[in-house]
Amino acid sequence: MEEQLFTIAVFTENRVSLLHQISMIFSRRCLNIESLTVSACSIEGVHKFTITCRSNRPMMEHVIKQIEKRIDVIKAFLYTDDEILFQEVALYKVPTDNVVNMNIEEIVRKHGARVLEIHPDYTVFEKTGHTHEIKELYDHLKPFGIRQFVRSGRVAVTRSSRELVDEFLEQRSKCILD
Amino acid sequence: MEEKITGSEILIRALADNGVDCVFGYPGGQIMPVYDKIYENEQGVFHYLARHEQGAIHAAEGYARATGRTGVVITTSGPGAMNLLTGLADALMDSTPIVAISGQVGSAMLGKDAFQESDVISSVLPVTKWALQVRRPEDIAPALSRAFYIANSGRPGPVVIDLARDAQVGTAVYEKQTIPFIRSYNSNPEPEKEAIEEAARLINDSKRPLVLAGHGIMISGAEKVLADLVEKGELPVGTTMLGLSSIPSDHPQYVGMLGMHGNLGPNINTNHADVILAVGMRFDDRVTGDIKKYAPNAKIIHIDIDESEFDKMIKCDIHLHSDARKTLEYLLPLIERKSRKDWRASFDVHRLVEEEQVMARELACEAPNGKMLMGGVVRKVCEAFGNDAVIVTDVGQNQMFAVKYSKFNKSRSLISSGGLGTMGFGLPAAIGAKIGEPNREVVLFCGDGGLQMTIEELGMIMEYGVGVKIVLLNNNFLGNVRQWQHLFFKSRYSSTPMVNPDFKMLAAAYGIKGADVACAAELDAAIEEMRKCEGAYLLNVNIDETDMVFPMTPGGNGVDEILLNESEYYKPV
Repeated sequence: MEEQLFTIAVFTENRVSLLHQISMIFSRRCLNIESLTVSACSIEGVHKFTITCRSNRPMMEHVIKQIEKRIDVIKAFLYTDDEILFQEVALYKVPTDNVVNMNIEEIVRKHGARVLEIHPDYTVFEKTGHTHEIKELYDHLKPFGIRQFVRSGRVAVTRSSRELVDEFLEQRSKCILD
Repeated sequence: MEEKITGSEILIRALADNGVDCVFGYPGGQIMPVYDKIYENEQGVFHYLARHEQGAIHAAEGYARATGRTGVVITTSGPGAMNLLTGLADALMDSTPIVAISGQVGSAMLGKDAFQESDVISSVLPVTKWALQVRRPEDIAPALSRAFYIANSGRPGPVVIDLARDAQVGTAVYEKQTIPFIRSYNSNPEPEKEAIEEAARLINDSKRPLVLAGHGIMISGAEKVLADLVEKGELPVGTTMLGLSSIPSDHPQYVGMLGMHGNLGPNINTNHADVILAVGMRFDDRVTGDIKKYAPNAKIIHIDIDESEFDKMIKCDIHLHSDARKTLEYLLPLIERKSRKDWRASFDVHRLVEEEQVMARELACEAPNGKMLMGGVVRKVCEAFGNDAVIVTDVGQNQMFAVKYSKFNKSRSLISSGGLGTMGFGLPAAIGAKIGEPNREVVLFCGDGGLQMTIEELGMIMEYGVGVKIVLLNNNFLGNVRQWQHLFFKSRYSSTPMVNPDFKMLAAAYGIKGADVACAAELDAAIEEMRKCEGAYLLNVNIDETDMVFPMTPGGNGVDEILLNESEYYKPV
């Protein structure tokens, strides 16, 4: 079956052990998580996990149901790249001596990056973008000697006009009154 | 302001307020403050001391399965909690409501490899519906209330509360909790009206409908509406193993058990049905055989309260996400009265073949070598108890013969480890069932292998006078593995013959009466002796080790590719 990269968004209560509860659903099926980002979201008390994983659709749909089955999981969604806007952040730490002769402004402009800090020893660039854009800047800086490089997991928002988690929580809050 | 009490006292009061009147457990260092409160027994929560934590949790499972109430287990930290894992996994697979409370070291010592410390929450998460560590006494009552709600609502399952020592000895005010609302967990979903109507239309238009009744019938209390539904539409109904006793065995629409060792009729006709109504069952691989060959002619309607079961094994045409009883009650008025006599009769053709070619030999009870056959023993025992007993099984051939040759008049009469197939489940589960249903006879069918896995629980029978009737189908072999070795491994009986103790003497050591039955001629009198005995009894029955379970659908076969004996496939005329 055809494999592709999926993005999974999971909204949970802010409790200990949620990460374990979600990750064990992947590990039980020997699915490798490509990237993972967790943080509080716009709804108070709700955390959002953004997970990317390469697999086929039936497996991912199965995984979504298994994640939602966990008691403290509020909602889980499965997306392909066309359904979301997504970004990663990367930091590149390069010896200042090696970049001093370059036109830093040109690098920044060409790659849509910015300079986070210039220190006599090192310079740190920051770049936000898709995986391949971050890779392009990496390749460009590589000849100058990259001392540290780090890339975040994917963060994503949907291209939909509806906010399904808000709708779900509103509907559930009505149940408590019944 | 109300008086502060210790977390241990809060725990016992909260158990009582959650309707608990008995718990199964085993004390140890990090749960001693709780046992000190159990000693006072002021709240009427009676403690049954198991001989091993695994025995305690299987007993709680048996109690829960017999009564529908949540079974409660209490253990200490570390090894005590780790010994629960098998039972938790078993309860998760078989939708059994359990609340397990494990002691834990003080929170300052957590993660420092303290004596008898283990990472309980991380260990139990894959085998529980929910798990929580509690470190403060004021959190105990809300945690317990939530635990009982989660364990016994929606699709029931096991929950673990890991109780750090600080929570047990610290003090707080106890407030009785009401059942919480959990916004992320909908325990009582409503089925879609359009889907109900579409399901009814499919059933009404169907010429060859088949109902598959699972454990969900009994969990939701849908026995009566199931009977009403199948009578009204003349719908044949087969059950899964855990669905046994959800409809009486002699009900005119009942056509037998599904699955690898199920009856010919429902298995063969699964692939002739034009509509399948699957209720509270999960298309387990033992039920479906090769899923590519499963029910090719049927539209399938699936009722389940667990949404993750939809399309997991079998792609279904209609999903009804709700409780089985509620959904069947919506369906019932929409089902038209119809006669489907020819379709119902087609099951009897297969039944007669099975009766003649498989069951007659078993029911004769006697093998050529003078030893006995399991099927016949099971049937005689069940009939001696008027087919009214709660039948508990262990796992293996004993289980298959017990479920195939027992008959059931009442609901909640079959307690067996289905999904996990846990050997050693039987004895403690039977004890728990008898404690939960003291006015019913509880009969355990087990093998010599499984009995020895948890045989220490004879101690619970002795201590509390639990009147369980134990029928040991003793072939001095791990029979089911032997059967597979015979059929698929050239009869190389690797590690399956067993050198066994004298079970009657062993029972006697625990003050349990018993008898050895050497041959079929002695059987009727021995069963009668057991039946008349007031308390527990062990019947050690001399079984022919070459006895094998048939019909059988070997792994990888379609549901209708069935062996009648070791060399002959069933060929329906």
